Amino acid sequence: MRASLLAILFVLACTATTASDRYELELSGSVTYEPRWFFDDAQFPRQFNGVQNSFTLEPEWFLEMGSKHQFSLVPFARYDARDDERSHVDLREAYWRYIEDDWELLIGVNREFWGVTESRHLVNILNQIDQVENIDEEDYLGQLMINLTLQKNFGRFSFYILPHFRERTFAGTNGRLRGPVTVDKDAVTYESGAEEWHTDVAFRYSHFAGDWDIGVSYFYGTGREPTLLPVGNGSRLLPHYEIIHQAGIDLQYTHEEWLWKFEGIVREGQGDTFAATVAGFEYTIFQIADSNADLGLLLEHLYDGRDDRNVPVTALENDLFAGVRYTFNDINDTAVLAGFITDLEDESNSARVEAERRIGDHWKVEIEAQWFSNTRAGSSTASFKNDDFTTFKISRFF
Amino acid sequence: MRLPDYNFISLRIVFTTFFIVASAAVLAEQTTEEKGFEIAARSDRSDRGFSDSTVDLKMVLRNAANKESSRTLVIKTLEIPDENVGDKSLVVFDSPRDINGTALLSHAKILDPDDQWLYLPALKRVKRISSTNKSGPFVGSEFAFEDFTATELNKYTYKWLREEPCGEFTCDVVERYPRYENSGYTKQISWVDQSVYQVRQVDFYDRKDSLLKTLTLLDYKEYEGSYWRSHKFVMKNHQTGKSTELIYSNYQFKTGLDENDFVKGVLKRAR
Repeated sequence: MRASLLAILFVLACTATTASDRYELELSGSVTYEPRWFFDDAQFPRQFNGVQNSFTLEPEWFLEMGSKHQFSLVPFARYDARDDERSHVDLREAYWRYIEDDWELLIGVNREFWGVTESRHLVNILNQIDQVENIDEEDYLGQLMINLTLQKNFGRFSFYILPHFRERTFAGTNGRLRGPVTVDKDAVTYESGAEEWHTDVAFRYSHFAGDWDIGVSYFYGTGREPTLLPVGNGSRLLPHYEIIHQAGIDLQYTHEEWLWKFEGIVREGQGDTFAATVAGFEYTIFQIADSNADLGLLLEHLYDGRDDRNVPVTALENDLFAGVRYTFNDINDTAVLAGFITDLEDESNSARVEAERRIGDHWKVEIEAQWFSNTRAGSSTASFKNDDFTTFKISRFF
Repeated sequence: MRLPDYNFISLRIVFTTFFIVASAAVLAEQTTEEKGFEIAARSDRSDRGFSDSTVDLKMVLRNAANKESSRTLVIKTLEIPDENVGDKSLVVFDSPRDINGTALLSHAKILDPDDQWLYLPALKRVKRISSTNKSGPFVGSEFAFEDFTATELNKYTYKWLREEPCGEFTCDVVERYPRYENSGYTKQISWVDQSVYQVRQVDFYDRKDSLLKTLTLLDYKEYEGSYWRSHKFVMKNHQTGKSTELIYSNYQFKTGLDENDFVKGVLKRAR
């Protein structure tokens, strides 16, 4: 299927070539060495202990022909020394985009991001989460789509046809940051008889007026979050993907140093119809204490009203996120982000620190550490109680 | 009867004299402010009428030990003819490579804060950002955000100071005061030549009114017989010893860009 898609893109590229006058082919991307350390011994049998060495490669070819045709090809590969499921390849992007003054058409694999909040990306639904990458749910698998966008002076209208569904990735038997039993992806089931070939559709309207930015979205199709059903006397989990309807809204009010943010969804198709929200703010003290650095303070409340049983599980039913972002504004773009999320019901919590800095013009180092606490049995992070980790990343960009 | 007459006349003389002196003073003051504004307006207007432009920019950042770091970017500008509305601009980074594709869209205002959106390619995310941060450094350079965005005529009030030689030219020296909030400057002193009306140098004074930076504008070229553009900006920070050079190349005008090329939706496909 991938091969045929690439063939289509190649044919489109050749067709478009005749109409173009100017080529610009750019190769960019990065290669990363990314060891991750777990300081405590694993909680579950067969999980590895200690260091998890890993490498990633993500080249990016971008071809622009004239001002109307763009082609992108972004393959991604990770090799992981300890977890077979984390070693994986993906096509993040492989598309042709045709641009007119007030409309554009994209055909192929792409990543689309919707939303405004920091602690959870509720509204963002088109792309499946590439969960083995990182548990922060900010890495996404490429999604095959046909996307028509119309730009009007009263806003931007985007229509999507999504012919193919991507399954979520999960840590393998040997991997850390997983539940007591592993997810058996081969046993996947779908509500739709068309399985992963159900044609999903989506729509998004976005605009801004003065200090307000608004996005309204709708999705119908295979839900990206699986319900994990225990099978084989509870020895493994079977992922089941339901057909859902989801309406979403994202709002931001930007005034002086304040960004006020809201995301909300209503979803039907997984148990009782439910709503979920993230609401909060980001306040920045610019040039703190007469330095060049900025200090951002973030606070967000997370609510999720889904059922307790036979639906995709969430740990974010009633949680509070607080964060601090320190941006040095130096030559090396040094920045530190520290966040703390606490479950207001079971009182389990987790803290995370991320720091990054460029070295020279082509290298970047990053450190990520996460701790889980109050992880008593039955709490939402009980499975991760021995999984405090620190990741070091060194990347070469080209 | 004489006494009142005398008093009346003397009173008239006193009042008339006072009025003449006072109005002369007012007139003189208006002259330096008006003259300052006129010089700035003539300079500003001599660059206008370009409709839209694209240009490649290389920024070279140097610290006090002369260690260098550089960034390359492309700037697209849409001119808004109304002087009470700011221009629109789109800045797309090419290097350092870890920020390749990062883009900043600005809809400049005159006195209200600008509308700004930042595109972060790693997350494919467009984020509306606060533009309150006028005086903060732009990508670690010696240029503050306001040095790029506050080039609109009506963002300042002006005062003409004097006329003096500047290099091969004779310049009007004009002081300008930011009218917008959150500026890092109390004043700027600019040297505008009397031949082609271009800004040749600007001194920036910080919030404590001491000299902070000097900007020198070099390599002016005239395009299409009407718009002048400097191709080398050198900003020297006197307090830290750091400096930043901006080297512009490949200027193109009237490329056919319009409002739809400066909406937030285009950020993710901007290159």
